[in-house]
Amino acid sequence: MPDLPQPTDEDVDVVIIGAGPAGLTLAHALGELNIENVLVVDRDTQPGGVPRYSDHHGYGLRDLRQPLRGPIYAGHLALRAVKGGARIMTEATVTDINATMRTIEVTAPSGRVTIKAKVIVIATGCRERPRAARLVPGTRPAGVFTTGWLQRLVHLQHGSPGKRALIVGAEHVSYSAVLTLRHAKCSIVAMVTERSRHDSFTAFNIGARARWRFPLLTQTTVTGILGDHQVTGVQIQDAKGRTKVLNCDNVVFTGDWISENELARRAGLVIDPGTGGPAVDARLATSAPGIFAIGNVLHPAATADICALDGAHAAAGIADFLSAPGSWPTRSLRLRTEGPIDWVSPNLLPPAARTAARGKVLVQFNERRRLPRLEVVQGGARLWSGYLPWGIPTRPVPISDSWLAAVSATGPDPILRVLP
Amino acid sequence: MEQTFDVAVIGGGAVGCAIASALVRESLQVVLLEAAIDVGAGTSKANTAIWHTGFDAKPGTLEARLVTRGHRLLTERQADFGWPLERTGALLVAWDADQLSRLNSIIANAQANGYSQVEVKSASQVYELEPNLGTGALGGLLVPDEGLLDPWSIVIALATDFVVNGGTLRRKAAVTGAMRAAGAHELQTSTGSVRATWVINAAGLNSDVVDRLLGHDGFTITPRRGQLIVFDKLARQLITHVILPVPTATTKGVLVSPTVYGNVLLGPTAEDLTDKSATGTTAEGLATLVAKGRAIMPSLMAEEVTATYSGLRAASEHSDYCYDVFPDQYVRVGGIRSTGISSALAIAEHVVADLRERGVKMAGLAAPITVQIPNLAESRMRPYQDAARIAADPAYGRVLCLCERVSLGEVRDALTSPVPASDLDGLRRRTRALAGRCQGFHCGAMITEMTSAWSGHSHA
Repeated sequence: MPDLPQPTDEDVDVVIIGAGPAGLTLAHALGELNIENVLVVDRDTQPGGVPRYSDHHGYGLRDLRQPLRGPIYAGHLALRAVKGGARIMTEATVTDINATMRTIEVTAPSGRVTIKAKVIVIATGCRERPRAARLVPGTRPAGVFTTGWLQRLVHLQHGSPGKRALIVGAEHVSYSAVLTLRHAKCSIVAMVTERSRHDSFTAFNIGARARWRFPLLTQTTVTGILGDHQVTGVQIQDAKGRTKVLNCDNVVFTGDWISENELARRAGLVIDPGTGGPAVDARLATSAPGIFAIGNVLHPAATADICALDGAHAAAGIADFLSAPGSWPTRSLRLRTEGPIDWVSPNLLPPAARTAARGKVLVQFNERRRLPRLEVVQGGARLWSGYLPWGIPTRPVPISDSWLAAVSATGPDPILRVLP
Repeated sequence: MEQTFDVAVIGGGAVGCAIASALVRESLQVVLLEAAIDVGAGTSKANTAIWHTGFDAKPGTLEARLVTRGHRLLTERQADFGWPLERTGALLVAWDADQLSRLNSIIANAQANGYSQVEVKSASQVYELEPNLGTGALGGLLVPDEGLLDPWSIVIALATDFVVNGGTLRRKAAVTGAMRAAGAHELQTSTGSVRATWVINAAGLNSDVVDRLLGHDGFTITPRRGQLIVFDKLARQLITHVILPVPTATTKGVLVSPTVYGNVLLGPTAEDLTDKSATGTTAEGLATLVAKGRAIMPSLMAEEVTATYSGLRAASEHSDYCYDVFPDQYVRVGGIRSTGISSALAIAEHVVADLRERGVKMAGLAAPITVQIPNLAESRMRPYQDAARIAADPAYGRVLCLCERVSLGEVRDALTSPVPASDLDGLRRRTRALAGRCQGFHCGAMITEMTSAWSGHSHA
């Protein structure tokens, strides 16, 4: 890693908040466009974001076209950003943001500073919904984790979560937790989900369960955490209302991702009610001039490579704004949703430019649909319709962005709806 | 011959720590016995953190008198200790005609307690004061002097004051037996015996058990559980006052309140239990609160929940504090139900006066040491915002707990202070580390390791 810059109150062209896959990829892409004064700030001790402590394969497929382990992927993205000329400042926590002045307040061991930027990019990612936010009753013993805590404990701190774990949730990250628990020689008592089946890849589910032999308990709710100082068990309830206690010494609450939207909200940006993150247009520009947002703060949670490609995509819009700083598109419309949809991203319309990141609009379902058919309508006009490969909760699915150009700026809010 | 202390105080909650601190400042040899691993780990840590005026106390009771006095003493001693107090005012809201009709009796009650600042508010004035209230408010009362306190810091401040001024603090010292010998009390504890001339029972939930160990049988504690939900800091802007319901005979009801830490509280429930260790939350309790919250402030329910917890109020069968001084050199301070932190300094003052009256020799310390408690409140500068402090010690610029913005310097201080944290919960109460919205997603692993390394305990 390069030397930390000595922060003084300073002016930069672009400040990127968050050195995860999205932020680091954007930093690199801005370098490619010869935008020189780029600063990435991150509150962690090292750049890389979630992949840094997610020590298993599967990273880098769509963006780097190669399968990498999380820490390797994180290191590669950081190195590439720095080689492109960006500075990365770690252990630096952004505590406030002023959208009008376009300044951020930063606390770091080297000092408390105000940084002024022509462009601020919010790339703060997302977090898992912890036990309390799920209103899981019971005592408050030690041994209640999220995957994030667990993976840092095992892969960074080389600690042990315990001997017997219960996993709450059955989405992609839940199987990542399985790998980490097994790495820490912790057995898995069961994986429980309130839904009627798991939401990950069939291969992950069959592979993990055949190898480590744990049950997947569907339509099951966690109704109590037991234990005084340390977790001793978890009470669960099945669809018929029958309860039982599973003995375990730790519980990992996985997934159910929440946008890390604090700075976006403090900045007074328009927040999309579906994603919980800032509303953005197809160029990933927010409602406030000079403020962009990328990655999982926008769509909790897509995979790391999709976040990285957000970063690559945002560079063009940022470069345009830097060359014509007075211009900020007027987007009076919001993309609404109807049907079993959690969120859609981007969601501010009409777009200033006609393509979205990867040429795709991301949609997340909140119930399972086989080959769902969707349409986008504005007023009486159908702008687009098509079938999707899947409609699975927790798994964002891409749809074509071809209809963006057809949105009328003077029409009503377009609606994305699931057809029966 | 082992040391005979002048006074043994049993119970290191807000009340016990206040008494112990007051007595050590009178040059007495005092031992403070706490059963748990840390001070302030019982009812004092899990409550609504309201800075009570006593306007709604029962007139003529000791509680009414001491809460009124304690409210003022918290302000007077604030400069010494640095604990935060926020005079937000409380807005008592009537939601039906019956409640509306009872407002006058509440005003009369306040006046009987010597408090005449209560203001009547119409429905429209209520909504002007709190625009995010749910529909259906018919009117209310504004109690301008009610506010917020920091229950964690008050206990730590008083315990620290006690220790730095020469007091002996023994944690993990549960009193298991007691006898009188040669004009002194001989207390057996889980970590050795203690001799003291006077014994003060401030054992909270277990004050009735201790009372019986000391040969008395004055009251029975029925733990009354209160479950609470803490909302994310982004909810703080929704609310200005402590929003109180019109109380009923059995409970003060469910309130919505800001906290000095910048969150919003919803609770408590009121459930009479028998198990004094039942500090868990229940599905029914949380569901009750969610339903109440939807009615009181619908927009609050769209915010993320940061934590849920429950505390047990030390309720007795008596309608007042169970306070007595006995000839066998025993002071009973029991049944301090839900106003203990507000009244603690006044209770301590009361105990000092009673002991002095009974011939206990006292002399104010020539040079008492005062220690400012680190600030946990959002209303004042926190270390992460303090450029000069970070320049002097970069550890205050290394933010570990990202949600609560707790620095390495604060964690280090809490683990090495005169009354150091010995587990994660103690660290949370001294610094707010891990008390935030991510509940350890980002920093849990690192802070756990640090706590273990510094304290020699392992609490994953």
